[in-house]
Amino acid sequence: MTAPAPRIVADRLNSRLFRATRSWEAILMVVAVAVFIGNTFLSPYFLNAWNLSDATFNFTEKAMIAFAMAMLIVAGDIDLSVASIIALASTAMGLVMTAGAGVPVIVLVGLGTGLICGAVNGFLVAGMGLPSIVVTIGTMSLFRGIAFIVLGDQAFNGYPPDFAYFGQGYVWWVISFELVLFALFALIYWAILHRSTFGRAVYAIGNNATAAQFSGIRVQRVRFILFLMTGVMSGVAAVCLTSRLGSTRPSIATGWELEVVTMVVLGGVNILGGSGTIPGVVLAAIIMGMVTFGFGLLNVPGIVMSVFLGILLIGVIAVPRLLRGK
Amino acid sequence: MSIWKKALATAAVATTLMAQSAAAQDVKIAIVVKALGIGFFEAAAKGAEEAAAELGDVEIIYTGPTDTTAEGQIEVINSLIAQGVNAIAVSANDKDALVPTLQKAMERGITVISWDSGVAPEGRMMHLNPSSNALIGNTIIKLAADNLPEGGDVAILSASATATNQNIWIEEAKKVLPNYPGINLVATVYGDDLADKSYREAQGLMATYPNLKAIIAPTTVGILAASQAVTDAGKIGEINVTGLGLPSEMAGAVASGATKSFAIWNPIDLGYAATMISYNLVKGNATAEPGAAIGMGRMGTATLDDANEAAMSDPFTYDASNIDAFKSIF
Repeated sequence: MTAPAPRIVADRLNSRLFRATRSWEAILMVVAVAVFIGNTFLSPYFLNAWNLSDATFNFTEKAMIAFAMAMLIVAGDIDLSVASIIALASTAMGLVMTAGAGVPVIVLVGLGTGLICGAVNGFLVAGMGLPSIVVTIGTMSLFRGIAFIVLGDQAFNGYPPDFAYFGQGYVWWVISFELVLFALFALIYWAILHRSTFGRAVYAIGNNATAAQFSGIRVQRVRFILFLMTGVMSGVAAVCLTSRLGSTRPSIATGWELEVVTMVVLGGVNILGGSGTIPGVVLAAIIMGMVTFGFGLLNVPGIVMSVFLGILLIGVIAVPRLLRGK
Repeated sequence: MSIWKKALATAAVATTLMAQSAAAQDVKIAIVVKALGIGFFEAAAKGAEEAAAELGDVEIIYTGPTDTTAEGQIEVINSLIAQGVNAIAVSANDKDALVPTLQKAMERGITVISWDSGVAPEGRMMHLNPSSNALIGNTIIKLAADNLPEGGDVAILSASATATNQNIWIEEAKKVLPNYPGINLVATVYGDDLADKSYREAQGLMATYPNLKAIIAPTTVGILAASQAVTDAGKIGEINVTGLGLPSEMAGAVASGATKSFAIWNPIDLGYAATMISYNLVKGNATAEPGAAIGMGRMGTATLDDANEAAMSDPFTYDASNIDAFKSIF
């Protein structure tokens, strides 16, 4: 009797490069390049530094929220109140501005309001164990409702000139402050989700919260922190958007919650939780922004854009299932 | 001929074609509306096309967001700036939020005007109102007087007692009353822009003033409710209901005769006038400054006031002769 031949078990089934080309991010990259090339051919105005710079405003604010939202969705929760947080934060900023506050105070109030709103959501979901979708549909009406009670059909305007920098300022040449902020937050959230124990905990919770709990992860605390993060990022977006508009109206950022969620899902984050990456969300944000801008250059009605996005989104959900043969 | 030569030749032809179309130097005027798919604005676009056909060297870009949001309009305006349009004429969803973006447009040499729904003065060169308070005040009295050659009692059915627009119009109407001898304003009542309350107030007017000849309602809710009340009371022909209404809602009342005529701005004229003004400003035929008179083609001239605002014209009168053409528009 001879000894059986040694069996070799590969520790990686395919090479890193092979897997990378099969990833969702690779598909998005191809789409992004296609959108770029397509736009360049379709419109002579597309490939222009200033025009492209203007176009980035179509996605920077939403994308900043999308980073935090991506982590929240990976953990199996969702926050539909983000646009309403913007409205409330912007209203709070308007109130302190009217009271004569300077730029630093205005900004801090905006971020602070976001934090408090996030804490309210976090407490109701993580503290009281209520389902996040129900809680945030409630706070979606609540936060914007408060803004409407304060403002009615009125508006705050007359923000100090220096305040305009956050939404209208340029760091260098065509590189806007918002674009820099977008890049910075992309890096920060990439580091948190993909390079920290906190990020690992987020994935663990999204895949199996009970197992995560028994592995020593403080699940409810992580979820609470995630809601704080979406709240603060909504505050950041509120500062940028209010500055860009130079005014506050209670209807500010209407409908953004769904655009943010669309960005996240298009970025390859599983809506049921457990998987997804920040680079995917970055690419999705750029694609959405550039498609909107490209359609705008061709004067295609916005509704066509909505149809296109709808098809894209359904495609996103369907393609991976079809590839798996289910 | 190799495939490369063919490709090169095609490219050369394409380039020449593109150069030719660019050489035409059309004035590109963008009509930006609150949202696409609204009858009123589709009609304005028709007027803009009419002006473009008249002028010849104009290309109209009719666009707007899907929802009536300021953010959506900003995205649209950014793409218009990128295309290097010559003029942007906007009916704003938010008079303040569009200002920074429109200022950027003006910095890049684009003529910016607002129409219908205005933008704050720092965000546009001028604003075109469909009409002025004085013209509206005069029109609502004139509509009643035109059908009362012998004069008679008239009453006003307004929106709420605190409605700013209606109060100004009524005030202006009272100022011109002496110009219409025989027209006797007996009462002003308030239906709060609620259909049922307006209906009851109209009934009350008919009961209190048996000699009432006309009800003037400078509100779309009021005029509709009053014409219904008059119809239900069987007083068609006896009492004429007039004021400001929407053709789509008033078509029935005009057909039954409860309303002989009513007024509201004409969106086609408005789109036409906004295009004409944009064109004249782009071509340097006029400058947007207080006191300037800017040509509006068949609509005459617009004279700017101290706030760089102008009124287009009297509200447009709708009656049995033209209601069918407009009722499907707005």
